[in-house]
Amino acid sequence: MPSPETAENTKLTRRLGVDTFLFFMRVVMSTFVILGLLMFIGQQIDPDNFIASRINPDATGLTAAQFEGLVISGLSQGAMYGLIALGYSMVYGVLGFINFAHGEVFMVGAMTGMITSNKLDESGAWESNFALSLLFVLVIAIICSTLTAVIMERVAYRPLRGSPRLIPLITSIGVSFFIQNVSVVLLGPGAKSYPTLPDWLAQKHELFGFITIEGTRLMVLVVAAVSMVALWYLVERTKIGKAMRAVAEDKEIASLMGINVNRTIVTTFAVGGAMAGVAGILWGLLFRSVVHTTGFLPGIKAFSAAVVGGIGNMGGAMAGGITLGSAESVAPLILLEPWGINGVSQLKDAVAFLVLIFVLLVKPTGLFGERLSTEDRA
Amino acid sequence: MGPLRKLLLLLAVLALFAAACGDDDETTTTTGDDGDDMAETDGDDMADGDDGEMMDHLGDGSLGTIVVEPGAEVQVRSLNALTGDVALFGLPIHRSIEIAVDDYGDIHGFPVTSGEGLDDLCSSDGGQAAAQTIVADEQIVGVVGTSCSGAAVAAAPLISEAGIVMISGGNTSPALTSDLAGTAGENYNEGYYRTAHNDLYQGRAMALFVFNELGLTTAAAIHDGDPYTQGLAQAFVDAYEEIGGEITGFAGIAKGDTDMVPVLTEVAAASPQALFFPIFQPEGNFIAAQAPGVAGLEDTQLLAADGLLVDGYLELEETEGMYFSGPDARFGDNVNQSTGKTADDVSGTYESLYGEAPTSPFWGHGYDATAMLLDAISAASYVDGDGNLVIDKAGVREFLDNLTGYNGLIGLINCDDFGDCGSQKVTIVHHLDSDDFRASMENVVFEYAPS
Repeated sequence: MPSPETAENTKLTRRLGVDTFLFFMRVVMSTFVILGLLMFIGQQIDPDNFIASRINPDATGLTAAQFEGLVISGLSQGAMYGLIALGYSMVYGVLGFINFAHGEVFMVGAMTGMITSNKLDESGAWESNFALSLLFVLVIAIICSTLTAVIMERVAYRPLRGSPRLIPLITSIGVSFFIQNVSVVLLGPGAKSYPTLPDWLAQKHELFGFITIEGTRLMVLVVAAVSMVALWYLVERTKIGKAMRAVAEDKEIASLMGINVNRTIVTTFAVGGAMAGVAGILWGLLFRSVVHTTGFLPGIKAFSAAVVGGIGNMGGAMAGGITLGSAESVAPLILLEPWGINGVSQLKDAVAFLVLIFVLLVKPTGLFGERLSTEDRA
Repeated sequence: MGPLRKLLLLLAVLALFAAACGDDDETTTTTGDDGDDMAETDGDDMADGDDGEMMDHLGDGSLGTIVVEPGAEVQVRSLNALTGDVALFGLPIHRSIEIAVDDYGDIHGFPVTSGEGLDDLCSSDGGQAAAQTIVADEQIVGVVGTSCSGAAVAAAPLISEAGIVMISGGNTSPALTSDLAGTAGENYNEGYYRTAHNDLYQGRAMALFVFNELGLTTAAAIHDGDPYTQGLAQAFVDAYEEIGGEITGFAGIAKGDTDMVPVLTEVAAASPQALFFPIFQPEGNFIAAQAPGVAGLEDTQLLAADGLLVDGYLELEETEGMYFSGPDARFGDNVNQSTGKTADDVSGTYESLYGEAPTSPFWGHGYDATAMLLDAISAASYVDGDGNLVIDKAGVREFLDNLTGYNGLIGLINCDDFGDCGSQKVTIVHHLDSDDFRASMENVVFEYAPS
């Protein structure tokens, strides 16, 4: 049997090996990113430069308008990831588990919006009074998403409170499939379209004299920003928010302080659901097509965004969403294409998850996360 | 060892002995009363006709035979995209198969059934799962499908190995047949046939139209990695470059993508005059909606193919002005020689049965494929002395391998050495009005047929 000293030395050697490997990975990934960026800049200055003509002879470079379009697309996509990520982050904050069915809450919002907007379109209200119709659609979608999240908590997660974290996690995957299948049964498996948007929303507009942005993308950014501010106010400036923070800190002490823990947890699910409902409507307006699997990939990306931002941190969730959305939109063209890689747009999802790996390699707690105690991590 | 174990051991030994002494011929016999059972044998004995009353039939029995007892039905299957967005493409084929089976009637006095339609889900997973279901049922003589080439790539090897045939009314990927120059495609399997055209023709048709008729000299193409979309996009690119056009971009998307701005920006970098995206819904919707908003593509002519030549796509406002390549759906007075039905007869039956017009133009191909399969079964089968219908699986292939001069709804059908049987007529239609997309489907502005 090895002596305690030998065992300790072995452990130290192993840790050193892991640290060395992680350091190596950080260096490799950083070098790849920096070189890609430098080659992209070189390509922009002269597409036929010495390096580009050898590595990527078909390089043409991007125009300012094309680059601007990519950035705006990334930001709007990221804003929606951020809104969904808030739900993941808040639930993790109070219950310490990942609710994988949150993507489906987002899908419910998008589906509800599709049904309501098409009904309004049939009645003519969508065209004659678009602003009021949109507000109505938004309210209905928020109500349905909120109800879905609250029912989910009451039926699937509350009975499992106190059980090991893996159990509600697995349950949430089951809930996710259940909601998808209910959607197929009720609405069928095909894609459903939102009605046509008014011209002023579909067209491009000039902002501050130098930014050209589509009306829908501008709306996505504005609504996401307003929702984020409203959420910040709710959490930081109201009694409900204070209760949520207290429950996230320590449920038992919060309970001793007179806070109704169950009600606070339900409120957390409800607020997360409402944010997902808003994101669902924005998604529907932007892409005008929803299907029962609409929530799956954005849900996974939003979860990644929550981790990138630092799970449990709401500002981090939004920042993670914006980071991830921008990266998957911009990175394939500015970091991968200069290497002469073909079909870089097909690698969009791979890039999104590489960002997650890269952030975790460099800062394991996420961009704004705090280091958890051993107890919290258990 | 207890008495029970000894008894079991004895039974096992006896069973092994009986198995060793048994007949090597695979025979499962079933009664026709319940319509479920058939017998399959290693055809040599049957082909020798030792049961007497053997009629002339095709086939040497090398792939085995299927025996349908009196009262049972001849089993064929429809394998097409029945759910999801691509159902608009697959359902008309499936329905035309059902109509063709009804129109055809009995084979040597035996009724035919296409059973429950199987769903290929327009994916390789769906194709493989359905093919496994088919080959597990030894009653099935042939399959009409799949709708999507991606599903066929996975289904065809299993069906080929089972010795039965598969005739598609919707597959167009060159990989499934040949390069039209005598080299088999990488996914070619014996026993695979199709009435749909080969995309090498469709790609060439679109290239000729864009370069010669529209006068556009630069183009880009987008695919989604599926054998159909990638093969057709590549066929377009090759043909376009061959006739002097310049390809400025060839990019791919992932199925399920919604934000197309990155891929559109990728191809927009060189500001192509034309953008060809032979993909499916819903990704096609996003490209049509988002392309005009991407700098460099504002004035680019959008072009798509038969995968998007469906009602649900044409009724989108943003698709107005697009050109679509696809099969020549002007069936006119063509008559299917096996059933004697014209295209009007079939489309009339279709509308009366399903309450709507076909949502894609491949229904005629599905109808002809079914009639050809039933003709092949008829030619490869005979009624034996016991009143059973004996179908020689090799004979079914032999019939289709040598099929020439067959008159179908889609025109004259001739099968080549790699299963390409289609009339190969391709047209380009110009979509002008999303409120009247039926008129667009008939608005043919260019036609192409190989010389």
